Amino acid sequence: MEQEMLLWVRGTGLQIATAVFVIGMVYRMLHIFMLGRKKSLAEARGSEWSGGFRTMWKRSFVTTKLSARGNFTVIAGLIFHLGFFVTFLFLSQHIDLIRAVLGFGWPAMPRGVIDIAAVLSIGAMIALLVHRFIDPVKRMLSDFQDYLTWTLSFLPLLTGFMLLREIGFEYITLLTLHIASVELLLVIAPFTKLAHMFSTFIARWYNGAVNGFKGIEI
Amino acid sequence: MKEHETLEQRLQEQGVSRRSFLKFCAAMATMMALPPGSASAIAAALAKVKRPSVIWLSFQECTGCTESLTRSHSPTLESLIFDMISLDYHHTLQAASGFAAEQAREDAMKEFHGKYLLLVDGSIPIKDGGVYSTIAGRTNLDMLQEAAAGAAAIVAVGSCAAFGGLPNAQPNPTGAVAVSDLIKSKPIINISGCPPIPAVITGVLAHYLTFGALPALDDQGRPKAFYGETIHDRCYRRPFYDQGKFAKTFDDEGARNGWCLYELGCKGPTTHNACATTKWNGGAGFPIEAGHGCLGCSEPKFWDAGSFYTPLPAPAADVTSAAKAAAVVGAVAAVTVGAIDRGKKTLAQQSREKITVEDLKGN
Repeated sequence: MEQEMLLWVRGTGLQIATAVFVIGMVYRMLHIFMLGRKKSLAEARGSEWSGGFRTMWKRSFVTTKLSARGNFTVIAGLIFHLGFFVTFLFLSQHIDLIRAVLGFGWPAMPRGVIDIAAVLSIGAMIALLVHRFIDPVKRMLSDFQDYLTWTLSFLPLLTGFMLLREIGFEYITLLTLHIASVELLLVIAPFTKLAHMFSTFIARWYNGAVNGFKGIEI
Repeated sequence: MKEHETLEQRLQEQGVSRRSFLKFCAAMATMMALPPGSASAIAAALAKVKRPSVIWLSFQECTGCTESLTRSHSPTLESLIFDMISLDYHHTLQAASGFAAEQAREDAMKEFHGKYLLLVDGSIPIKDGGVYSTIAGRTNLDMLQEAAAGAAAIVAVGSCAAFGGLPNAQPNPTGAVAVSDLIKSKPIINISGCPPIPAVITGVLAHYLTFGALPALDDQGRPKAFYGETIHDRCYRRPFYDQGKFAKTFDDEGARNGWCLYELGCKGPTTHNACATTKWNGGAGFPIEAGHGCLGCSEPKFWDAGSFYTPLPAPAADVTSAAKAAAVVGAVAAVTVGAIDRGKKTLAQQSREKITVEDLKGN
């Protein structure tokens, strides 16, 4: 039964999840562009393009302006994202998957680095959740979708770490759970705020382009 | 051998020393992870055992399982098993053929009804009434049902009998199934593998003869003593997996250094078997020691789990084409809905009530 379940999540399940993810993401992102922008009749005081791209790049780093929102949220959020990207992009097993799907790969990072990144990422997520409960403003602003997306982002990290170290269950069970948790994330991502994995760059470009057009220094 | 002769008497006649016999019993006890004192208990029980009748039915199979048991190595401790049992029917090994062979099977079934052990290798085709594999004009399905009715227990030898194996692989043209899919009323023990390890077959039979019952089984009906751990858990290359050191091809530096074969498709992490500990060919080695990854042959559906050389994290189906098709569907949907939205916007702009400066002045 376990073999059949693993085969399903590696085969049909992955095809379904990928199809839903790609359809949803392409639809949502392209639809944003299809909405279009009204042509500005004002005279440009700067470049839209350089403003857009500079903002996309600069907002990937912690700055004093950003941390005015709250150092804890920004730094814990950054650690989670960095840890997530390191484990996702540089674990040798993930590169095997990427190579199988895209036809190319890249060198993996040492296992020790991956372990540290995963632990930091998991720790940051737990800290962010606790902060969400403790902080009255965050608690008030949070709704069901926030907790759902937290859970669906947390599960692949947790099951992935358990799989690497074979904690709690057998390898086959953990591998099945890990792949299934990723598939759940893929299916839900385009229809929740997790769509920010793509839309955040569009939003940054848009804000930067508007400011660039007006000649605001970025 | 005379019917009522004990194994001890039989071995003495053959000149097998008591020391060799005790070594065999100790090996069996160790392999089955029994307590240290069990070796003497096994020896005492086996020495007194009257040979039980065994009927071995070979169905949709390649005879690899029989080869595994009989040609393991020579001289073989496993061959002792043939002294412990009365193999009344095995159409590859028996001297008789044709009607005489079938008569031997029927006689054994009648004489030892309810007491004989039924060993089966090969799957059973059930499509179109089971016509795709017959012996002496009878379908495997018919023969199994008849033989199972009088059996004390059934041992499904090999992955075909245990899980359907190769004949059961998609598209399964003969409707091949496992023994456990057809027989529900008898205790069944699965000794999976393609082929299974000979010592495991012997060990299970020795356990049955010693204790009069089948050993503890896992959720796939396999003896836990042999299938309780994965190949990966006991693999001597495991430290390289934990360090993230993998061979990328079969002849690179990693392969020469004996690094983990995970990226070359090794299914050791998801395969339960005793290859890494019991080993093959008299303990000479097992596939990973020869530089090839585990195929996962002792697990169900291993033929349908994608290429043997596809790493476990890689998809078992074509995800790239699915993603391309999905991108086209998503793009068409977005363009269509976007065009409709733009049409609505244009319509709203055209049909809106226009207010002029004169209107605002209140004229």
